[in-house]
Amino acid sequence: MSTITGAQALITALEHEGVDVVFGVPGGAILPAYDPLHESPIRHILARHEQGAGHMAEGYAWATGRVGVAMATSGPGATNLVTPLADALMDSVPLVAITGQVPTSSVGNDAFQEAYTTGITMPATKHNYFVTDVDEIAQVVREAFHIASTGRPGPVLIDLPKNVLNATTTWRDPGAVSLAGYKPTVEGHPRRVKEAVELITEAQRPVLYVGGGIIKANAAAELRRFAEVTNVPVTTTLMGRGAFPDDHRLALGMPGMHGTYTAITALQKADLLIAIGVRFDDRVTGKVETFAPHAKVIHVDVDPAEIGKVRTPDVPIVGDARRVLGQLLEAWAGRETPDRQPWLDTIAAWKRDFPLRYDQRPDGPIKPQFVIEELYRLTGGDATLVAGVGQHQMWASQFWRFSDPRRWINSGGLGTMGFAIPAAIGAKVGRPDDLVYAIDGDGSFQMTFQELITAADEGIPIKVAVFNNQSYGMVTQWQKLFYGGRLSASVLGDGVDYVKVAEGLGCVGFRAETPDEVAPTLEKSLAVDDRPVVVELVVDPDEMVFPMVPAGASNDEVILGPDDLGRSS
Amino acid sequence: MKHTLSVLVENRPGVLARVASLLARRGFNIHSLAVGPTSEPGMSRMTIVVDAPELEQVKKQLHKLVNVVRITELDPANSLEREIMLVRVAAPAGKRGEVLEIASIFKATAVDVGPSSMCFQISGTPAKINDFLDLVRPYGIVDLVKSGRIAMAREQKTKPGRLRAVN
Ligand SMILES: Cc1ncc(C[n+]2csc(CCOP(=O)(O)OP(=O)(O)O)c2C)c(N)n1
Ligand SMILES: [Mg+2]
Repeated sequence: MSTITGAQALITALEHEGVDVVFGVPGGAILPAYDPLHESPIRHILARHEQGAGHMAEGYAWATGRVGVAMATSGPGATNLVTPLADALMDSVPLVAITGQVPTSSVGNDAFQEAYTTGITMPATKHNYFVTDVDEIAQVVREAFHIASTGRPGPVLIDLPKNVLNATTTWRDPGAVSLAGYKPTVEGHPRRVKEAVELITEAQRPVLYVGGGIIKANAAAELRRFAEVTNVPVTTTLMGRGAFPDDHRLALGMPGMHGTYTAITALQKADLLIAIGVRFDDRVTGKVETFAPHAKVIHVDVDPAEIGKVRTPDVPIVGDARRVLGQLLEAWAGRETPDRQPWLDTIAAWKRDFPLRYDQRPDGPIKPQFVIEELYRLTGGDATLVAGVGQHQMWASQFWRFSDPRRWINSGGLGTMGFAIPAAIGAKVGRPDDLVYAIDGDGSFQMTFQELITAADEGIPIKVAVFNNQSYGMVTQWQKLFYGGRLSASVLGDGVDYVKVAEGLGCVGFRAETPDEVAPTLEKSLAVDDRPVVVELVVDPDEMVFPMVPAGASNDEVILGPDDLGRSS
Repeated sequence: MKHTLSVLVENRPGVLARVASLLARRGFNIHSLAVGPTSEPGMSRMTIVVDAPELEQVKKQLHKLVNVVRITELDPANSLEREIMLVRVAAPAGKRGEVLEIASIFKATAVDVGPSSMCFQISGTPAKINDFLDLVRPYGIVDLVKSGRIAMAREQKTKPGRLRAVN
């Protein structure tokens, strides 16, 4: 048996896990790993900032369902990864991060570029490892991929001291993983499944409230079948957009703070929530005490800790969303599909009376919602959208009509501005044949736009729409609504020429300033396929996101639009 | 409300930090925590007394730690709970007799005697230790250290009714 270095063992182990791409930035402590990586069939994509590398790995994982891999050096390299790790933990994104560390003999001595990486990332990862024995590398990598990708997915970090990477070992395949303290439950309890079916049979006003768990479990097909045979309307959370087609007759749109009136109100009036792969997030429930007050709850989640964390369910089911939906379908088999006409009629009336709306005047400023609708029209919806964080994110989620899972990628739980560009790069690398369009805000853009250099350099032709409202629009919206209109530190101004920025970074740049320029400019962007494109859309800085349930308010108090503002306060 | 948890963990570097950090992050208060190896190789047992209104979340969150293998909530009525304490009591020559008398009732052992104080070692239930403390407190406590609680479930006495139900 030939001897290899720890670094070679690491790269071999990654190859054995089926890794085809690593996003990273090299540096002193991780240099040994970059040497065999150079020889490996694994593609390395050089991000321009480790945060970018981390979000790229996330975007890749969102788009493909496979584990994304990010690599960084010790100290600042590792600390720059903290935001994507926290983001991935919140949004259950399978990630393996590999960091270099100072040699074990220097650990604890404040050595150059030493940071206590495992300590810093402990609350930002599902699990992490500090490897001190070169013989353990293969085993640790196998475990890390297993933990990242099973149960409730999440980020796992492996910290590797430089001397461990340089030490020698012999390759031995670690075999199947067996961890005494980690055995996710995937199969729902049959008795609970039966109870759930009973509740669904009895319910008059049921709603399927579904989220990211459906996407993670690849359960969209089962969900659709189940919704159809039970005739239950479906609301998809920000994390679950695309889990159920928006143009389906049973689709309600998004719930929560900026959800549709129909979705919010259906939950409020429901007598049964079938909650699958959701966590009753505060952005969905509003004031918890008044959320869905008449509803019994069936809660399906692969993470037992989510069940009962916010709302105590009547029927708790721990299990993988796809498996449990399969069990529910089986248990339902032979029953007649209820017609639920009164409930579906009520919902249809809400949809008719309270649609999402905005007012695009031909001679007025560009409305951001109009841009989303135009892009939808021009692409036929055949694209993956990747959003930044802010108003533009909400408009993208509201006005795009999603039809497939994994084609809406955003930072839901952590709300990380700067997510869009690197995540779009990762998504495009994972699914090169898909049209990947980032919907970014000017503020979010300014946090990570250096990764456009990565995209240009590596030939990753993403498209980025910058919604330039010259402000942190979501912040100004809150300041206008709740802080007397005092725009403290939220106006960005018009000092940036995004077309020049794009061109300066090796991308193509376009700009649209009037409504009639929107479609032709977007069309031009769609025609470019050899380089990344940035489209600056100069949009109305005064536009606000509606409907809105103010933070902490009850979901019975939906503000429908600017003309509705006086009503609830 | 205080609850006693017996937590079997893999004895890996950092496991104590993981448990402590998780409890802190989720806003649960640790009243005491004792940890030591078990008879199973590679496994340690933590006895954690936590202050939390509702234990279900604590248990579920702890279970999410990969190195946590098993969690048992111990009902004080059906478990053995023990602490050990070293306490130095101010006891000048004239008072020693009284203090020693109290100590002998509680089976506390004098482990160090100086000109102005005596140090006792006492082990037993938390209640017994607190009772002893209450009685020697008036003499003046110079120094005190407690081990943190350790606990173990009693052997289950099967109720006849339970047996019938099983059959
Ligand atoms: C990293 C980070 N810092 C700060 C915030 C707080 N924040 C939320 S939305 C927002 C403004 C976003 O501005 P922009 O990207 O221009 O989007 P817009 O709302 O204008 O569409 C800010 C500052 C955040 N979410 N993330
Ligand atoms: Mg903006």
